[in-house]
Amino acid sequence: MKKKIQNIIENFGLPRIIIFLFLVLLFILTPFVGIRFDTSINDVIVRFGMNGILVLSLIPMVKTGCGLNFGLQLGIIAGILGAVTSIEMNTTGFTGFFTAIGIAFFFAIVFGFLYGLLLNKVKGDEMVVATYVGFSSVSFMSIMWLMLPFKSPNMIWAYGGSGLRTTINTKGYWFHVLTDFLQIKIGHYIIFPTGTILFFALLTFLVWAFFRTKIGAAMIVVGSNADYANSCGVNVDKMRSISVILSTVIAAIGIIVYQESFGFIQLYTAPLFMAFPAVAALLLGGATVGKASIKNVIIGVFLFQSILTMTPSVVSNIIKSDMSETIRIILSNGMIVYALTRITRVRT
Amino acid sequence: MNPGVRFLINYAVPIIFIILVAFAIPLSGLSGEYFIRELTIRLSRNSFLILALLIPVMAGMGMNFGIVLGAMAGEIGLVFITDWRIIGMPGMLLAMLISTPIAVLLGYFAGIILNRAKGREMVTGFMLAFFMNGIYQLFVLYGMGNIIPISNSSILLPRGYGIRNSISLLGIRQVLDKLIPLKIGDILIPVATFLVIATLCVFIIWFRKTKLGQDMRTVGQDNEVARVSGINVERTRVLSIVISTVLACYGQILFLQNIGTMNTYQSHEQVGVFAIAALLVGGASVAKANIPNVFIGVILFHTMFVVSPRAGKALMGQAQLGEYFRVFVSYGVIAFSLALYAWRKRVEKENERKKIMNYRKSILVK
Repeated sequence: MKKKIQNIIENFGLPRIIIFLFLVLLFILTPFVGIRFDTSINDVIVRFGMNGILVLSLIPMVKTGCGLNFGLQLGIIAGILGAVTSIEMNTTGFTGFFTAIGIAFFFAIVFGFLYGLLLNKVKGDEMVVATYVGFSSVSFMSIMWLMLPFKSPNMIWAYGGSGLRTTINTKGYWFHVLTDFLQIKIGHYIIFPTGTILFFALLTFLVWAFFRTKIGAAMIVVGSNADYANSCGVNVDKMRSISVILSTVIAAIGIIVYQESFGFIQLYTAPLFMAFPAVAALLLGGATVGKASIKNVIIGVFLFQSILTMTPSVVSNIIKSDMSETIRIILSNGMIVYALTRITRVRT
Repeated sequence: MNPGVRFLINYAVPIIFIILVAFAIPLSGLSGEYFIRELTIRLSRNSFLILALLIPVMAGMGMNFGIVLGAMAGEIGLVFITDWRIIGMPGMLLAMLISTPIAVLLGYFAGIILNRAKGREMVTGFMLAFFMNGIYQLFVLYGMGNIIPISNSSILLPRGYGIRNSISLLGIRQVLDKLIPLKIGDILIPVATFLVIATLCVFIIWFRKTKLGQDMRTVGQDNEVARVSGINVERTRVLSIVISTVLACYGQILFLQNIGTMNTYQSHEQVGVFAIAALLVGGASVAKANIPNVFIGVILFHTMFVVSPRAGKALMGQAQLGEYFRVFVSYGVIAFSLALYAWRKRVEKENERKKIMNYRKSILVK
């Protein structure tokens, strides 16, 4: 019996158990601190739709052994480029949304291709290089946002200046086009964003299906044993490149869905730390540096977003101050540190 | 490889930087005197923190992003002396005294974590710094004034607990810098601070020759060889991180006594990035860093810091552009150096593998 429990803890990971129990405790506490249970559930669902695709975007790179994509910001930048261009072109509704995705797609392929070339040169050190590639590209784009010749009065600084604002409203363009699509109202407080969830499901299905094609299978082989894949005649570098491009493209789509639901496009330094919560969510869902599945994405996003929504409301009601930011930092970064200290055992 | 090409690749970052700075200085239109004054201040302010990075490089653990932990320890010491209103030199020394055990503890913790993540020290250290930032917030923003008694209400938030966003360190402001006063023209030379930095340099040179220093270099060369020759690899690695963390803690106190105010929640955040970027600009790599790298790095990197906002304004009419540019350069330098190093490591590995294969073949032919 004792061994069995130890086994479960070993498989599931102690931090994950602690976080899960913490979450259960939070849900139990809701009625006692005067928070509506259904609004909390609604928040969790909305955030799930917002962040799901960003977390999903990590999967291809983990599968080919490129590690956790700390350079997620590259995809996010491609997405932002698509989003601002679609607003500049004054496209609205679904047309605007898909224009944004189309343009982002193009940029993501270019960025992903270059990023993939780089990551193939630094095999074994992908993660630390990726982190700084992500950081430097965000700060490079900060310069670009000031200099790119965008003209739309809804996006540039009001006082006759040049350069884009730090946040751009998507209202009047494609705000909530997915969220309001086939929306279902349950009671007063739960508004189910069917469109967003369906879109997430569609992309998830595509990724799942992709890894069942021949190329997808080859990628998985590359991830589990690159030398073996090489001797089987699989072009390792090419497979890794494809996975990097795929990750970047999905991330670009992910950020557009995020903006669509959130209502704002955040520029400049906002994307700087966006990779960490996504990575933490995936790890929380049971993934490791070398292994991740769709199941990990869904469980992870659900757990992570639940904690993020529940803690501020519950905790601040108990101790009368907002600790959510601190808890978010400890939780997401702690999860990543934990995962990084564990991979050796998985790989050997 | 052609030695000229090799030199260019090895020193790509400093060379690019020299060119960049050479262009930016005339653009900024700054006077020579202003320039020298700024550089003197920055040399005295930053060198200590960057020197703290050298020992883990020796032990083969790469750039220690965990020096942020040391900086946090130093800041906790400063919070306490401000609370107790101890000023001047005694205040600064007491701050160092209080923060030393905290830094040792944090360094020990970091060392153990990094031992569990061999081969990924840098990314782990980096995430660990983020994680500890959360713990620091928990401690300073929620614990202080609550669990840990703070009597000086002027440093507390209005709600009664938690430390304010910024603390004035007027009591110890530039006490070390002005301890031995010396003025050349209008430029104040912080003699005492430079003496402290020089002492640290001597310590590092001496340390390399001690038994522990030699052990670290062996560990840095090859873990297995070190283990076979009877060195406790894990312990040596932990010690190198502990020393680095404690030095970073003093470095941060030195840094903040020069500035005179402390941003309780931001001062330490960029310490690692800027120190590492400066060291790399000085021509160091992940596997090799020495004292000249530190000083060349500070001079080049901070020259860029001084001139880039002005140059940005002259070039594009926006000072903000220069701000973004220097952040971009700091991150970019690290990305570039790390990528270059990883790439070269891989090429070397492959060459070695080819050599072994050829050797095997030649044996078979015989």
